Amino acid sequence: MLELTQQLINGLSLGAIYALIALGYTMVYGIIKLINFAHGEIMMVGAYVGFFSISILGTHIIVAMLFAMIACAIFGVIIEKIAYRPLRSATRIAALITAIGVSLLLQYTTIFFLTPQQRIFPATAFVTQDYVVWGLSISNKDIFIFISAIILMIILQYIIRRTKTGKAMRAVSLDRDAAVLMGISVDRTISITFAIGSALAAAAGVMVGIYYNTINPLMGIIPGLKAFVAAVLGGIGIVPGAMVGGFLMGILETLVSGYGNSLYRDAVAFGVLILILIIKPTGLFGKNTGEKV
Amino acid sequence: MKIFNNKISQFIMRVLVLVLIFTIVQYLIASGSVSRFYEISLTSMCINVILAVSLSLINGFTGQLSLGHAGFMAVGAYVSVVLTNYYELPFIVGLLGGCLGAAIAGFIIGVPTLRLKGDYLAIATLGFGEIIRVLLQNIDYVGGPAGISGIAKMTNWAWLFGSVVLTIVVIQNIINSSYGRAIISIREDEIASEVMGVNTTNYKVLAFVVGAMFAGLAGGLYGHYFYIIKPETFNFLKSFDILVMVVLGGLGSTTGAIIAAVFITVLTAALQAYPAVRMIIYALILIIVMIYRPQGLMGNKEITMKTFGRIWSGRK
Amino acid sequence: MRLSRKVSVVVLTMFMLSILVGCGGNAEKDPGQEGSKTDGTIKIGINSELSGNVASYGTNARDGAMLAIETINASGGVLGQQLEAVVRDCKSLPDEAMSVSASLIDEGIVAQIGPLTSGNVAGSTPVMMESQVPLIAPAATADPITFDEKTNKVRDYIFRVCYSDSYQGTIMAAFATDNLEVKNVVIFKDASSDYGKGLADYFKEAFIEKGGKIIAEEGFVKGDRDFRATLTKIRGMNPDFIYVPGYYEEVAPLIKQARELGINVPIGGPDGWDSPDLVGVVGADNLNKTYFTNHYSVQDESPKVVEFVEAYKAKYNKDPDAFAALAYDSVYLLAQAITDAGEADPQKITEALAVVTDFEGVTGTMRIDDKHNPVKGVVILEHIDGKQVMNTRIQP
Repeated sequence: MLELTQQLINGLSLGAIYALIALGYTMVYGIIKLINFAHGEIMMVGAYVGFFSISILGTHIIVAMLFAMIACAIFGVIIEKIAYRPLRSATRIAALITAIGVSLLLQYTTIFFLTPQQRIFPATAFVTQDYVVWGLSISNKDIFIFISAIILMIILQYIIRRTKTGKAMRAVSLDRDAAVLMGISVDRTISITFAIGSALAAAAGVMVGIYYNTINPLMGIIPGLKAFVAAVLGGIGIVPGAMVGGFLMGILETLVSGYGNSLYRDAVAFGVLILILIIKPTGLFGKNTGEKV
Repeated sequence: MKIFNNKISQFIMRVLVLVLIFTIVQYLIASGSVSRFYEISLTSMCINVILAVSLSLINGFTGQLSLGHAGFMAVGAYVSVVLTNYYELPFIVGLLGGCLGAAIAGFIIGVPTLRLKGDYLAIATLGFGEIIRVLLQNIDYVGGPAGISGIAKMTNWAWLFGSVVLTIVVIQNIINSSYGRAIISIREDEIASEVMGVNTTNYKVLAFVVGAMFAGLAGGLYGHYFYIIKPETFNFLKSFDILVMVVLGGLGSTTGAIIAAVFITVLTAALQAYPAVRMIIYALILIIVMIYRPQGLMGNKEITMKTFGRIWSGRK
Repeated sequence: MRLSRKVSVVVLTMFMLSILVGCGGNAEKDPGQEGSKTDGTIKIGINSELSGNVASYGTNARDGAMLAIETINASGGVLGQQLEAVVRDCKSLPDEAMSVSASLIDEGIVAQIGPLTSGNVAGSTPVMMESQVPLIAPAATADPITFDEKTNKVRDYIFRVCYSDSYQGTIMAAFATDNLEVKNVVIFKDASSDYGKGLADYFKEAFIEKGGKIIAEEGFVKGDRDFRATLTKIRGMNPDFIYVPGYYEEVAPLIKQARELGINVPIGGPDGWDSPDLVGVVGADNLNKTYFTNHYSVQDESPKVVEFVEAYKAKYNKDPDAFAALAYDSVYLLAQAITDAGEADPQKITEALAVVTDFEGVTGTMRIDDKHNPVKGVVILEHIDGKQVMNTRIQP
């Protein structure tokens, strides 16, 4: 029982990170029906910005996170303008292929300029305190990540439900043409969506840097894929779904490693994806809409 | 001109050209004037052509974006190597076994995933490609992460050439047949096609299985040339490489796939001295092609004997 | 419509011509251009993983090798000639390694350094054997690299300067039973590399033979950073010792998380742990009671090591890891063999390499045995307050 609870705690901080990344995927998919393959790389860029902010500018961790979020928000908007906007009317396959291209471009450009070696987050950035509560090991990092993620998600929900921008985002994802007729600037709304999604991924990136202490140019690939599975699991395009999906993936992965065979962990993540797509492609929170001919 | 338009003489022309190409290259290789580097590049080129043409059937003609093609190649490579190295069977048996194994994998993966559309199908196939890789990494019988090493070199120019010709001939014939028309109709408008009575699932699975089968052939040839196979080699980046070839050549053109495969192989060899920029260039090629010329180099045109006929007679 | 059709035809014809030129150009090439001593330089090929899975290690190896070449050149070169490095990227793929070796040989190299991983060395092997040009592997540890088990013969042109898995795994097993006196062990290996797998297998065999017990064998894959789930499971098994054969990028967070979860038993590993990043990530306190088998210690006071570390730091602004040191030694070993051979001829160099009896490298003094493996001592380093302290030295 103790071990199970410990595993659940392990799964929650992992899940928080997946949830933050999954939110970006789901928001972008909801609004332009594109799987932004490059999203994992945006997380990586955020981690690097945070790293340089701490190691070169010597800023506090929260400031570093803010820098990363702002930088990636801008970066995400730029990527959308250059690579995705021209393809808005093209086939979805074309957009997907382009997204894959952007993802690889980001990885290899980072390697080119920053070398493939990993960077170590300075330990002074976040002084770890390990606690043992009722026999369970928790560190202040777990608490920090979990709480920050929850705060960001609450802010996101507020933006989507209570602001005009949020309303515009919901409108465009529901019916783009009607939104245009209502006077909503679709381009601006899409840019804002990318900005917010990228900022969340950047926060996740900095958290990964703090938690695991190292970052490298290829760090976005696997978490990116798993976060995508999380988004699909929860229902792609549905924001609360991404949050739930992220935590579920974190816990599932931890349980598979803890009780099953850790070697098959990645295969299980993909297995989950395929099962969901076959059984209920719209995800846990999704509704079945038929395709109009 | 009449010589190009008569069906029988067209056939004879084609056979002559093929025999010519084969003999010239065979002579060059046998006489030792081709250095090992060029022989390796030529082998890679042929294997890439088979991979690109087989993927083109799935992605280009049927319009199903499959991102796990390397997985089928892996199955073909492993099955064929196990048959020849563990069971001492002849090379042809190994190759056929590889093709069969890959075809079965294509069927197993195709049936559940082909109910999915567009991006979901793409991600599901990517997932399957990775699952195959992870499985191979954990099966000790085939060496796990170390793979199988010390594979005798059985692939030579004759096998490669024959396989390339076979692949192109078979796939072209499928495309030009009623199966092909059904497949293309699925790409153009799946719902309309279904309404017209085309059993879309069957045809999609067919395209998948045939495409997988030839990827398995490529895998078998690969395994018996490059001395060692490991699961890592058949990862998503390999699938991506093949995808770049198909996209660059034109989704829906076999000649496009062939030309792009050759071009990318040459480009890879030329960029060997500039490692840092190679992947950056590929990614840029992909992005630029998709934004500015999404139909690729050839669109869905093919180069056939008729093309030469038209050029010859000045008609366009 | 007409114009674009013409354009595509022209473009296609150009493509085909370029292909023909590319392929046809070889007809004039002189295939017998090995061991080129033209322009007064000796060409050394560096075939390393500069992109792909193990790029971070492959670039370090290349850096170590380049440093060695520059240092040798600065003091006069070999046999009065300067060394020229021809560096190519094998993309962490064995088929590319084969292609790179072929192109390096075409360029006229007298020997090749690298690749790093056993699989990629295997990829290069057929070409090296066919062209009869020697290969020195800095860090490929799989036993079959230098010895063909099928024909029971050593591979004439393949050499290495690092331990084989059988050697290193067995030594750690002996250390665990004899020095640490532990009985119940969990192996937590890198299941995605032949390195981790090979070492785990040999350790297990030797440890069981000495009467120990392997409670469980868990695995992680390259790129993993979160090991808490499996570590929690391991914690519940209560082992006396955990053996972690893997590379430092994964091992460092692993050890840190183990300590954070309250796992305080000794942890051991192989030379893949050797990197300045280890203490940087894990922290000095957490690193106590960890041991690893290595060729040398980067903190060794001997002049050779100090000279290497300072030179590396000066040039690259960071401390070297095991791969850089081994690649550095590979080049120096090659230089010694060329001097012994008296001539920069691949065949003569190969013969000289096979009989090296006294090479003093940064990573130890070694001789090459009849299986082309180095016979050199092993040090078992213990981390005490973040420093590498020699615990045991095992001489061959």
